[in-house]
Amino acid sequence: MKGNGNHNARIGVYVCHCGTNIAGKVDVNALAEYAGKLPGVIVSREYKYMCSDPGQELIVKDVKDLKLNRVVVASCSPHLHELTFRKTTANAGQNPYLFHMVNLREHVSWVSEDPIAATEKSKALVKAAVLRAVWHEELEPRRFPVNPNVLIVGGGIAGIHAALTLASAGKQVYLVEREPSIGGHMAQFDKTFPTLDCAACILTPKMTAVKQSSNIHLYSLSEVSEVSGFVGNFKVKVKKYPRYIDEAKCVGCGECIEECVYKEGKYPNEFDLGLGKRKPIYMSFPQAVPSIPLIDSATCIEFKSHKCPKGCVEKCGDRNAIDFTQKVEEVELEVGTIIMATGFKTFDPRRLPQYGYGKFPNVYTSLEIERLVNASGPTLGQVILRDGRRPESIGILHCIGSRDENTNKYCSRVCCMYSLKLAHLLKEKTGAHLYNFYIDMRTPGKGFEEFYKRVLDEGVSFIRGKVAEVSGWAQSPAEEGKMILRVEDTLLGIIRRIPVDMVVLSTGLEPQADQQEVRRLFNLGCSAEGWFLERHPKLAPVDTFTDGIFLAGCNQGPKDIPDTVAQAGAAAAQCMAHIDKGFVEMEPNTAWIDEELCSGCHVCIGMCPYSAIHFDTEKKVAVLNEALCKGCGSCVAACPSGSAQQNLFRDEQLFAEVEGVLV
Amino acid sequence: MAKPKVAFYWCARCGGCEESVVDLAEGVLKVVEAVDIVFWPVALDFKRSDVEAMADGEIAVAFINGAIRNSEQEAMAKLLRKKAGLVIAYGACAYQGGIPGLANLTDKEAILQYVYQQSPSTSNGNGTRPQPHLKVPEGDLELPEFYEAVKTLDQVIDVDYYLPGCPPTAKITFQAIEAILSGKLPEKGAVLAGDRALCYECDLNSTKPEKLLVTDLKRPHQVIIDREKCLLAQGILCLGPVTRGGCEAQCVKGGMPCTGCFGPLGRVRDYGGKALSAIASIVDSTDEKVVAKVFEALPDPAGTFYRYSVPASLLAGKRKAA
Ligand SMILES: Cc1cc2nc3c(=O)[nH]c(=O)nc-3n(C[C@H](O)[C@H](O)[C@H](O)COP(=O)(O)OP(=O)(O)OC[C@H]3O[C@@H](n4cnc5c(N)ncnc54)[C@H](O)[C@@H]3O)c2cc1C
Ligand code: SF4
Ligand code: SF4
Repeated sequence: MKGNGNHNARIGVYVCHCGTNIAGKVDVNALAEYAGKLPGVIVSREYKYMCSDPGQELIVKDVKDLKLNRVVVASCSPHLHELTFRKTTANAGQNPYLFHMVNLREHVSWVSEDPIAATEKSKALVKAAVLRAVWHEELEPRRFPVNPNVLIVGGGIAGIHAALTLASAGKQVYLVEREPSIGGHMAQFDKTFPTLDCAACILTPKMTAVKQSSNIHLYSLSEVSEVSGFVGNFKVKVKKYPRYIDEAKCVGCGECIEECVYKEGKYPNEFDLGLGKRKPIYMSFPQAVPSIPLIDSATCIEFKSHKCPKGCVEKCGDRNAIDFTQKVEEVELEVGTIIMATGFKTFDPRRLPQYGYGKFPNVYTSLEIERLVNASGPTLGQVILRDGRRPESIGILHCIGSRDENTNKYCSRVCCMYSLKLAHLLKEKTGAHLYNFYIDMRTPGKGFEEFYKRVLDEGVSFIRGKVAEVSGWAQSPAEEGKMILRVEDTLLGIIRRIPVDMVVLSTGLEPQADQQEVRRLFNLGCSAEGWFLERHPKLAPVDTFTDGIFLAGCNQGPKDIPDTVAQAGAAAAQCMAHIDKGFVEMEPNTAWIDEELCSGCHVCIGMCPYSAIHFDTEKKVAVLNEALCKGCGSCVAACPSGSAQQNLFRDEQLFAEVEGVLV
Repeated sequence: MAKPKVAFYWCARCGGCEESVVDLAEGVLKVVEAVDIVFWPVALDFKRSDVEAMADGEIAVAFINGAIRNSEQEAMAKLLRKKAGLVIAYGACAYQGGIPGLANLTDKEAILQYVYQQSPSTSNGNGTRPQPHLKVPEGDLELPEFYEAVKTLDQVIDVDYYLPGCPPTAKITFQAIEAILSGKLPEKGAVLAGDRALCYECDLNSTKPEKLLVTDLKRPHQVIIDREKCLLAQGILCLGPVTRGGCEAQCVKGGMPCTGCFGPLGRVRDYGGKALSAIASIVDSTDEKVVAKVFEALPDPAGTFYRYSVPASLLAGKRKAA
């Protein structure tokens, strides 16, 4: 096996204490002493924080004074500081890829009990790195231009805000929303806490701005079906489902809806959570964007029997916008960066049968109440129970599907606040007596505590306790015809029975049902609860582990509208940072095939997931397109003749490393 | 000018390498003309003492075939190394251990037990085993010591060049002799055969599909082989992609797949490991169960992928009970 290992390597080894993170388990002095005796090691030191300025200066000074040509730092995960130390060695005038890092913190000290074993393991890892470093070569990062267009997936308030921010900076945005209209959950609300701003009044202008912006290309009723490429150069396929109305021809007059053979709405309107009815041709809500109706092929008579008189088509007349033959279309987009703004779904309370949702007609979810109290909702803001009565007493149950060992352990963060909002709105609209049942009140936001105080002053009763069940079993005449809430009032220390006419379940927030599929499509990570994983919980909250893909809004975890908007702005800024920089630098970890040695056996060609290799019939060898190579190493492992090699993972480097760990 | 002196020697081998020298046919006469054969146990009656009597370096080149199985072979190899200017490991066994090297998949004790006690044709009531030393009234008897494991030639002496093959083909043998006679030798340690894997010189390579993927593996006796189509593409385990070329695909031309006797390419550290990883890669499934099923077609994976190279491999031999 030939290679160009530098046998005149002059190596410096730096063992980091990481405060007590590493030094608390690993004997850093013994380790540094051991490293000092390894072949080629000129200097070895230990230091409290290698990543600090003095730590880095130590390296720079040694490289210069001692003419080091290899540096090994044994500290934390390369995820955290590989870049830092590469820059340090570059500052010292060295090619940064001659540097190598050992992860003593995540791989040793944090996961070891026994200090002696931890020190031994550290020695093995340091020896592996020293032997490997000898084989490191000078490399140059690869540079690629960044496509200035941005894809935003999801058109809730997060997606809308990010799109408008980018568009106002002159960037082209593709906004993909799977529902017939953008707006997300916020479009369903009447008012928003804590200011009681009318949701439509603040959202609709933004939705209209999306429609009017020439920089935003909106794909509604659409989903992303394929993603390939990498930061700066993503290729995306979007599936556009048929609306059966030609968006280019429709003027949004809505007259077709009037002329449908169904004179009244007959089918549950999804946007109203089934509380209102719609026709087969409909608009989900009046302010929908795009303001173009759609036809539901499952309920439209023309689709079922081809025998509908088609009042809609007749009314549309010369505009001729209705097209029953529309098919799923596929659009291909090229973008440089992507923002995921896919939001959340609410917890399904059927999973907790003790609350009687689906059994008692007058048990509602919070989202249903948002529609009921909404002036443009199915009842035009009238709070009328499913049995036609008006409620005189209402119980709002917090934490449904949140802070619960049996469902979701986390706090959904917005439910206390929206429960206060709903209590206020229901009281205002019905004059009923309101009870809020809470475990703890969580109001840590600007103006939140004040809002709580205000609702308290309005005379809403707050009972600290988790309702055990909603039952219809009356035990006294006062309970007759009511739903009875059994609850332990933990402030009074007694079990209480509270009869009410209406129950509101403050359901928590959950990841979307297809979160895992979407995660795989975009190559993202998920937390244990299923939310998309940010790169760092504190310092990189909108970045993901896939470069060029950012998070905004509730798909990363429950949050309210102000936080969502702030995050959306941050994600837009991250995209702009890439766009304005204009290029991305990529790890030079690509594979290459030695044409002089390749036998053209074809083995590697089928291995490459990125189609980067093809057979050159002239030269009779396999040829690799480096621009397409992502450095996965599949061809290298498969190549039977060792002709395919990978930078940073050369056979010699790996063998040396293995030899090192087998101390 | 005196003709250069040449020696041939055999260690643990089948005799095929000797045969291959004889197979040079009329060519051998040309060789005999050009050189002076001073030692060749299979054909000429020289003795070990004749070699011992020579000056160091007197022999120009010694061709040693066969692996190192016992102490006598090691001693002879060392003797020849001392007396010869160049030592050439001739054939797969000297180079990588060859077929005798498969013995390293087990150990000395198991071998002796089977051969001297358990094999069905053995009757050895006293459990007699060969001893390296034995005193009898006539004097001391000595037998070479049977080693724990088989070694390659370069594990016991310094080797200048390698001629691969089981056995090396006439063509590469001639080329090597010519190179030696003309003094046009490559860098020390070189394997005197092709630089690329066999597929490059195989006529059938052009019949491969762009993406070479297989859904099942077959052994040659299980199918009627299409002689016009790449064997591997037919699912027949041909090790052409892994194996050094230079043989002109003789086996493939004869309708048999390559079994790897020319050994690995220069950049490959472990032939069998590479072979296994290449073949496993082209199995067209990511389902563990399906892949396992495909490999059931190979009842002896170690013998298939490491047929000629166990002693030279990273495999440490049979695992000893702790
Ligand atoms: C009952 C209730 C009341 C609330 N009240 C308030 C309040 O008063 N004040 C406040 O600040 N916060 C409130 N919140 C929180 C608020 O809803 C969220 O902060 C906000 O909606 C988050 O916006 P988003 O854009 O991240 O997600 P969403 O609003 O969920 O929007 C996500 C969008 O992405 C689309 N989408 C999802 N997946 C895909 C996909 N794969 N492809 C294409 N499109 C996709 C969805 O259709 C949707 O349009 C309330 C929440 C609830 C449940
Ligand atoms: S697998 Fe290796 S030898 Fe075969 S074509 Fe690919 S690079 Fe060449
Ligand atoms: S038959 Fe063997 S040598 Fe010929 S191309 Fe196929 S794999 Fe290569």
